[in-house]
Amino acid sequence: MSTTLSSPPNLLAKSTGNVAGRKLKNIVMLTLCIVAAGLAILVLGLVLFFLLSKGFSSLHIRLFTQLPDNIDTSKGGMAQSIFGTLVLLGVSSSIGLPFGILGGIYQIEARGRFASLVRFFTDVLNGIPSIVIGIFAYAAVVVPLAAKAALEHKPTAGFSAYAGGFALGILMIPTVMRTTEEILRLVPFSLREASLGLGATRWRTMWSVVLPAARGGIITGVMLALARIAGETAPLLFTIFGNQLFATHKVAGVSVPTLTAPIDALPLRIYNYSQDVDPNHNAQAWAGAVVLITLILVLSIAARFATRGNMQEEK
Amino acid sequence: MADRAPSVPLITAASPTAPSPAQSVSKSTPKPSSIPPASSLARFGDKIYGAVIFLASLSIFGIILWLFWQLTGASLPSIRHFGLSFVTGSEWDEVSSSYHVLPYIFGTLFSSAIALLLAVPVSIGAAIFLSELAPRWIRTPATFLIELLAAIPSVVYGLWGIFILIPFMKQFIVTPIVGSRLPHLPIIGELFKGQSAGYSMLAAGMILAIMVTPFITAVTRDILRAIPRSQREGSYALGATKWETISQVVIPYAKSGIIGAVILGLGRALGETMAVTMLIGNQPPNTPNGISLSVFQPGYTLASALANKFSEASPGLSTSALVEVGLVLFGVTIVVNGAARLLVFYTAKDVQGGK
Amino acid sequence: MADVTTQKPTSLQDLARAQTSAPTAAKILVENVDFYYSAFHALKSINMVIPDRQVTALIGPSGCGKSTFLRTLNRMNDLIDGTRLTGKITLDGEDLYDKRVDVVDLRKRVGMVFQKPNPFPMSIYDNIAYGPRIHGLTNRKKLNEIVERTLRGSALWEEVKDKLKASAFALSGGQQQRLCIARTLAVEPEVILMDEPCSALDPNSTFRIEQLMEDLKKDYTIVIVTHNMQQAARVSQRTGFFLRGEMKEFGDTDQIFTSPKQKDTEDYVSGKFG
Repeated sequence: MSTTLSSPPNLLAKSTGNVAGRKLKNIVMLTLCIVAAGLAILVLGLVLFFLLSKGFSSLHIRLFTQLPDNIDTSKGGMAQSIFGTLVLLGVSSSIGLPFGILGGIYQIEARGRFASLVRFFTDVLNGIPSIVIGIFAYAAVVVPLAAKAALEHKPTAGFSAYAGGFALGILMIPTVMRTTEEILRLVPFSLREASLGLGATRWRTMWSVVLPAARGGIITGVMLALARIAGETAPLLFTIFGNQLFATHKVAGVSVPTLTAPIDALPLRIYNYSQDVDPNHNAQAWAGAVVLITLILVLSIAARFATRGNMQEEK
Repeated sequence: MADRAPSVPLITAASPTAPSPAQSVSKSTPKPSSIPPASSLARFGDKIYGAVIFLASLSIFGIILWLFWQLTGASLPSIRHFGLSFVTGSEWDEVSSSYHVLPYIFGTLFSSAIALLLAVPVSIGAAIFLSELAPRWIRTPATFLIELLAAIPSVVYGLWGIFILIPFMKQFIVTPIVGSRLPHLPIIGELFKGQSAGYSMLAAGMILAIMVTPFITAVTRDILRAIPRSQREGSYALGATKWETISQVVIPYAKSGIIGAVILGLGRALGETMAVTMLIGNQPPNTPNGISLSVFQPGYTLASALANKFSEASPGLSTSALVEVGLVLFGVTIVVNGAARLLVFYTAKDVQGGK
Repeated sequence: MADVTTQKPTSLQDLARAQTSAPTAAKILVENVDFYYSAFHALKSINMVIPDRQVTALIGPSGCGKSTFLRTLNRMNDLIDGTRLTGKITLDGEDLYDKRVDVVDLRKRVGMVFQKPNPFPMSIYDNIAYGPRIHGLTNRKKLNEIVERTLRGSALWEEVKDKLKASAFALSGGQQQRLCIARTLAVEPEVILMDEPCSALDPNSTFRIEQLMEDLKKDYTIVIVTHNMQQAARVSQRTGFFLRGEMKEFGDTDQIFTSPKQKDTEDYVSGKFG
């Protein structure tokens, strides 16, 4: 292992100049990174600032309590839109939750390559633009429903909360599946072992031991999914049509939502009002945007609390 | 694992004074009588359980296949009528029932390109700041801000774009540039030709950039944070500056992940509908073939055309053509996302070498 | 001769005389150094003379501060928030912690090899060329020269000369560590700091690297932190024993291991605790 290390030629000695240049470049580039971050924050600030200032100035309780007033557009509200959004969240949950949670459970219980195939295709589904899902819902729900109601020959036949909920429900599934799977994975295997070791069946183990332990995390996932779809507009264009009135009918004297009739929703109304030339409607669009953001924020924050409470229980 | 001490004592063990044939048999087979034996019913329950959750996971495939089937079915009339010219032709005319989407495909790609051009440097710079430069106390507020930006719905960005961004753009960007030398330069000038009502590719591109930035920033920041400290230390120990370490060691290490993040951001931009629809003008630009290189001209994307024209569509060929637009959009996003995954996969292999 | 282990030396000359039994030059002088991680007092009143072109080993149980101390010699601790150093460390008479010191240049003169090999995600060639390139050398021929010379110097040349473009990750652990040593040599340091360089390696690789140190010390000052006492006894000429942030004893390796002056030192080297 003889080496030629005696008196190394010291090639670097002459070229260690330019330290000043390197330091300058260092400072310049790092400053640019700070500027980039600052730019991002600045833009966020501008969005929030204008949203809040324009929105709050038009915010009024009648937004929640009144229907649109076509005669005097400075009055009136969008109560039916807010109600419609809530109805849609409910309908979509009835699709998104069962498939999402059960699918997530499958990912945990299953072994083998099929599970990874499922995961891959879940990502594919997640990547499909929401407008494409909207067209799908149109073709799959609106058209058949319209055919069934063919006697009515209404141009709005088929547009319904069912269709809108169908589209939004599909959008929910990948998110709920992924978060359910992740949270179930966090439940210590020893818990399952203990249950199975007592001779319990797998479904019993899941139902009585694992799911309760993961409950908070699952709720988090669900709420985050709801927060995401609450703001979706594109699918609604093809599925709910919009409405200036509440779509309800009476069942046993109580008003219940009509799921087969066109309804309105907050994002859709914001979109329509933003395209309107009437400045009163524009102002209401801003107010509606504030309400929508608040709803989303509330869902997101509640989602965090769901996890935190549960984790503390675990400890 | 069944033999636990039963809370109810065995009748036989507790009463030695009354032996009987049945009981003496029980003595030699100590089965706790208060707990019923495992029944095949329970096993059956597990079978149902397995089937149910399996079906739930199958729903993913079911939905995708059903979607593809519905879209293709509904667009068949249009596919048969126009064939390949659907994507190569330029005219979309309700009156003459002539439907072609090349300008829309161009618009989708062009607006997304503008968006990435603006978003990627800012996102990566911000991610570098967050992972390498920012003091500890910035971490939580920054994460909160990023998630806030990401949670704002598209329609709200569109609203902000119409009333805030576009007036700003008209005053501070469009008018100065249009009045300057820029449009008269060769080649580059093409990008800036013509007056603008504000609704334009640039507006759409800018709002897309704003929407995509939080996503790319968050993912890139996570990737950078995951790089082991030893890599940075090795570089510093050789006398490198912070920027040299970041640009020549850290970023190359993260290269495949960053590319993946950017392309996934691209995927989102391609499918983005509301904000784009509200800002891009939804009319063709002033050129014969419906395609203009000028960022100040209005246009369409596949998604915005879909959103915009749906209400005017009459049943028949018109609607069928629109559904085919959706099919094209579906295809484009699948291809881009798939390419993203492959790219990440292959560049990851390069970096790892043999490991 | 002042007894450094029991009383503070009265002057640097005393210190030098005390610690260097052979008349070699002092490369690094450490005077009354205290080091803090925020509120934690990690190093207490360290005094040491590190002789030129010899191997100095730092031994002691886990967590006693020897790695922390090593990192003060090339100011790697600057990278951590809240660290503070009092006292003086000089390299060839220049104070390392002077405000005007260029840390980038310091780290070129004082190189470091880490416990776990950390090659960059580049080819073998680029790993070694990284240092020289950063410091301004772009001439291809000269870079080739440096790559070959340093790879020979770290006994890796024969194994990789045909695959210089291969990824560094394709090498084994021992090879990667030798690559890291070559990488350090490429920037032509005067001092090489080694932080438990063999602890992640197999015995064969360890042996080769120890042989390497024997050669390297002809041209470089080496300071090695090791938790393996036998290794310290094998490779070093001077040894310092650290315990709970203090340097309990420092002297010729032979003396430390055969007739230590302090009870703690004796207990440690005879394996009573570790």
